[in-house]
Amino acid sequence: MMYRILKRENLNDTVTRLDVYAPYIAKKALAGQFVIVRANERGERIPLTIAACDRKNGAVSIIFQVVGATTMELNEKQEGDSVADFVGPLGTPTQLDGLKKVAVVGGGVGCAIALPVARALKERGAEVTSIAGFRNRELVILEDEFREVSSRFIMMTDDGSYGEQGNVCMPLNRLLEAGERFDEVITIGPLVMMKFVAKTTEPYHIKTVASMNPIMIDGTGMCGCCRVSVGGEMKFACIDGPDFDAHLIDFDEAMKRSKTYAPFEAQAREKHCNLYKKERN
Amino acid sequence: MSKFNMRPDKNPMPTQPPLVRNKNFEEVALGYSEEAAIDEAKRCLNCKNKPCVAACPVNVNIPEFIALAVEGKFEEAYEVISRTSSLPAVCGRVCPQETQCEGKCTRGIKGEPVAIGRLERFVADYHNQRSEQKTRAVVGNGHKVAVVGSGPAGLACAGDLARLGYEVTVFEALHTTGGVLVYGIPEFRLPKTIVEKEVQGLKDIGVKFVTDAVIGRLFTVEDLKSEYGFEAVFLGTGAGLPRFMGIRGESAKGVFSANEFLTRTNLMKAYQPDSATPMFPAKRVAVVGGGNVAMDAARSAKRLGAETVYIVYRRSEQELPARLEEIEHAKEEEIEFLFLTNPVEILTDAENNVKALKCVRMELGEPDASGRRRPVEKNGSEFELNVDCVILALGTSPNPLMKRTTVGLETKPHGEIIADENGRTSIEGVFAGGDVVTGSATVILAMGAGKTAAKAIHEYIQSE
Ligand SMILES: Cc1cc2nc3c(=O)[nH]c(=O)nc-3n(C[C@H](O)[C@H](O)[C@H](O)COP(=O)(O)OP(=O)(O)OC[C@H]3O[C@@H](n4cnc5c(N)ncnc54)[C@H](O)[C@@H]3O)c2cc1C
Ligand code: FES
Repeated sequence: MMYRILKRENLNDTVTRLDVYAPYIAKKALAGQFVIVRANERGERIPLTIAACDRKNGAVSIIFQVVGATTMELNEKQEGDSVADFVGPLGTPTQLDGLKKVAVVGGGVGCAIALPVARALKERGAEVTSIAGFRNRELVILEDEFREVSSRFIMMTDDGSYGEQGNVCMPLNRLLEAGERFDEVITIGPLVMMKFVAKTTEPYHIKTVASMNPIMIDGTGMCGCCRVSVGGEMKFACIDGPDFDAHLIDFDEAMKRSKTYAPFEAQAREKHCNLYKKERN
Repeated sequence: MSKFNMRPDKNPMPTQPPLVRNKNFEEVALGYSEEAAIDEAKRCLNCKNKPCVAACPVNVNIPEFIALAVEGKFEEAYEVISRTSSLPAVCGRVCPQETQCEGKCTRGIKGEPVAIGRLERFVADYHNQRSEQKTRAVVGNGHKVAVVGSGPAGLACAGDLARLGYEVTVFEALHTTGGVLVYGIPEFRLPKTIVEKEVQGLKDIGVKFVTDAVIGRLFTVEDLKSEYGFEAVFLGTGAGLPRFMGIRGESAKGVFSANEFLTRTNLMKAYQPDSATPMFPAKRVAVVGGGNVAMDAARSAKRLGAETVYIVYRRSEQELPARLEEIEHAKEEEIEFLFLTNPVEILTDAENNVKALKCVRMELGEPDASGRRRPVEKNGSEFELNVDCVILALGTSPNPLMKRTTVGLETKPHGEIIADENGRTSIEGVFAGGDVVTGSATVILAMGAGKTAAKAIHEYIQSE
């Protein structure tokens, strides 16, 4: 099967958005679900969360950061090109029922995934506080879109080059200390960030949900490589998740597991870069 | 010259030498020559009571096909097998013949049984190498059937229905068709070209394949029926969900389910240098379990460069559920077996890498529900196995996705779909068969279940 790229947009130097023609997925997908993508035949299967769906045009958007050989390959695709496989919508949709007041906390490219959740909440009439964190001003993405769906929007950068300086936990903590309460906090981003968001809300007993994005292969529950420990139980992120109770997730274990193939990935990245340079010259 | 060959032994199967093949992924068994096949076929006494046929899950008429092979009529022999089996080239390679046909062979009483599996394989390969794919035009009957899953159950069901004139669409979650035959069973045991050929044969008679289609998510079973007009749906989604032991350390780096390990190697081709999928660089591997899956994982690990590979099995050698041939091959390939040994913990370092597998020795006690003597722990027998990788091959159960997304579909506690002997489930017009009904079993049982359901689907649609 081949899936055509309808549109491509560079959100910043390392983050790209692709709108892929997949009308059946577009028809079914809900906030929080993901697709498994294989850029080319012989490529790796990687999970990417669905960033938006256009049911009318049959487009499903993915937003990804170029980190390894596979995302580099994907990033070489232009409008009109195709990806070899695009499987979904996978995972259990984010549970939004009954939520009236929610804080959505996103970090880096995780903001791309947090946005559809914030949007779905707003469409259901919930009051949304969004906190978005980036390393610096150059890396900021989707600011306007976030502002549009949030009743309150807080921008954070690590170096203070834009918005407030600091991490996303700081404003969250400030709000909680000031007595603000949320029905739920939803957090999507790097594992360390989600770990500390969970730590921030824990003393206030506010239900906190994190969206996990471990290494996956099939995405259907067949290989178990996406397993995550939640409250001492083994869960498969692809079918039981990707959302889990952040106060129960063993983030330290997840961080270690995410590095299983780190040496291989570094090698593959280098190989791919060299190939790419050669082609360019 | 006597009509029969009364030698007590089977014609040996030519193989790649063990210490050569344990470094490559090419097929281990090379197949009989025509002379060897005829010579072996002559060992069949053509018994009147045909115990082998009764012991075959799909009752292939074994003496009949072997009699034709004696005369060198291999195409005719193939026709005989095809009457009851859809995947002879596959089954000839992977069936547990020693507990089925060959286990009941009269020749086996005083010597070795007739090598029925090897003959089946020979006949099927003979056919596949020579036959032009004959596209027999089938007259369509205008009825649409959906098949979910492209393993042996789904393929067999799709084939039989297509030959009856049904418009069949097979939906497969993965990017490749074949189920366990492509993602589980390694190339060195079942070359993937054989599976591709079977699928191509079905495409030639009009079966449509839609890959990347996870039913339950992309379309529900209900969507297939009400929105897309399929009059019946066959669920052949297998038993893919791997079990873990529930011991400490299972989340460590270097611990894999056999499914993950095998999927990376077979489906994602991690053994080929140009594959993008990474493989964990294991040097000392413990594979836990004793079935075909364990043998496949162990032998793959060896081929991928592991220096030492153990099979850790809690019962004794007699209870090993794997095919006899695989156990022999594994031993020849220098896989080390630790029987009556049970893991109790996976020990890790500070970075959560596997450091060792802590095990206890077992002894056999009273028979359990399965009739096998139950292994019990020997006190104070703990020891550590120095390994950097642990592969768990403890069995699998059906994926919960089908159950969770199909209203009214009844299942057993471990997730097996409840179906009657014709494959009918609790939902009208929805049939099921293969591992998803039985739990992990065999290719031939899944294939047989697919064929039975095809018949039932035909009757169901014709009576509508
Ligand atoms: C490593 C290994 C070695 C084995 N060795 C042997 C052997 O030597 N001899 C033997 O007889 N048996 C062997 N078996 C068992 C045998 O392979 C299975 O019993 C058989 O394949 C079951 O067939 P099936 O059609 O029921 O399911 P499967 O072969 O499991 O096929 C099911 C298919 O359905 C797809 N699917 C699942 N869910 C969905 C969904 N929601 N939507 C769409 N598609 C879906 C899956 O991706 C898969 O392709 C082995 C199994 C394994 C894992
Ligand atoms: S990705 Fe294989 S089980 Fe989740």
